[in-house]
Amino acid sequence: MPVQTRSLKARGEALSSAAEQVRLLQSGGGFPRFEETLARASLDPLGATGIAVFQINVGKLCNQTCRHCHVDAGPDRTESMSRETAEMCMAALARSDIPTVDITGGAPELNPSFRYLVVESRRLGRHVMDRCNLSVLLLPAQADLAAFLAGHAVEIVASLPSVAPSQTDAQRGAGVFGKSIAALRVLNDLGYGREGSGLVLNLVTNPVGAFLPPSQESQEEHFRSRLARDHGVVFNRLYTITNMPISRFLEFLLESGNYEGYMRRLVDAFNPAAARSVMCRSMLSVGWDGRLYDCDFNQMLELALGPGVPAHVRDFDPASLGARRIVTGNHCYGCTAGAGSSCGGTTT
Amino acid sequence: MDTYYHPKDLAHFADLGKGNPALWEKFQAYYGAVFAPGALTEREKSLIALAVAHAVQCPYCIDAYTQASLEKGSNIEEMTEAVHVACAIRGGASLVHGVQMRNAATKISM
Ligand code: SF4
Ligand code: SF4
Repeated sequence: MPVQTRSLKARGEALSSAAEQVRLLQSGGGFPRFEETLARASLDPLGATGIAVFQINVGKLCNQTCRHCHVDAGPDRTESMSRETAEMCMAALARSDIPTVDITGGAPELNPSFRYLVVESRRLGRHVMDRCNLSVLLLPAQADLAAFLAGHAVEIVASLPSVAPSQTDAQRGAGVFGKSIAALRVLNDLGYGREGSGLVLNLVTNPVGAFLPPSQESQEEHFRSRLARDHGVVFNRLYTITNMPISRFLEFLLESGNYEGYMRRLVDAFNPAAARSVMCRSMLSVGWDGRLYDCDFNQMLELALGPGVPAHVRDFDPASLGARRIVTGNHCYGCTAGAGSSCGGTTT
Repeated sequence: MDTYYHPKDLAHFADLGKGNPALWEKFQAYYGAVFAPGALTEREKSLIALAVAHAVQCPYCIDAYTQASLEKGSNIEEMTEAVHVACAIRGGASLVHGVQMRNAATKISM
């Protein structure tokens, strides 16, 4: 199956509806409900332990259409955070002492307010992370982007599923591996990933298919030696992330007949230690329209925050939001399998 | 259609323990120790297992160690090379016995 070049939404697929995805995920299939599994580990209800990361998803526009994309992002998507909402995000940040701002998309750098968010967050003294797909750095209109990121000491978290060109291209589109390596060289030339530069370049790898990720430690070693040997590329850390059974990865699971097997694998690998440290407990996720969510996955499934806390960033209140009850569903098995999975890699 | 091999049977491997739990447990403990990280990484051991699975032509092991190799971070190119290693050794093992054939033939030939 070739990588589709259009989003589920542009293709008019039923799965582009968040409600349809939730219906499918919750419809049983013989799997215990996630909340029952949590209860057996004495973790239901799951509560936030504060807010260490303020994640801003600026929209669904992207220059790629990766097959595993949980955002259903692509060049055909138009949802994009307005300047007004971006300003509300920064006003909320100023009212808190959250140390880290994590900017994501789509390709977040394509949002017209991306640079404003970086500059303002840095002015407020916060650490800034950019979830970068690498190829965006090579777009002619973004020629100065890498230098801008370096100039503001933005931590780059870049996706590279595999050191094998064929696997990377199978997940992220034809030619993406070559572009990713070219972009990594640009970043290395600026000092990113090099010791003593203070410029952090972390990589993220997702399995290229319906299986769990390898151990983060062994995979980091493997990537480090291969990228250095074959391409002269260096980086700081590698994070392994489990593919979430939502959006375009869900489409792949259903089309390839892997849905039940994959869900069974996630359920069987449920790890209470991973469940205790899922990322939603310490982060808050803001959508392109300013609505608040427990995480980027809940955002894509349009699972709003629970009752009794502000629903929109304009009403941001760090105290109540930092103690909220988290909304869960069967997609959460993706975060609790094996060594656990979060935006920052494994959780155990 | 009836066939000797069923993919679902792999999940019933542990039923072998019902006949003799003591021996099964010894095998399990040994198997677990063999595949734990040691001088070789788990990824390397999984690739060896995949190659051996092809040499002994066990469909269950091919299934299990294809998945295991992917989950240990190997890719299709590496896995294909591992299968070629099995193939080269299998082929080479047949071929090298040709020396015995030649010896035997020489002995009884004029
Ligand atoms: S996975 Fe990332 S790079 Fe790929 S389409 Fe989605 S947002 Fe874009
Ligand atoms: S999917 Fe979101 S809400 Fe569910 S466990 Fe993962 S981070 Fe938490």
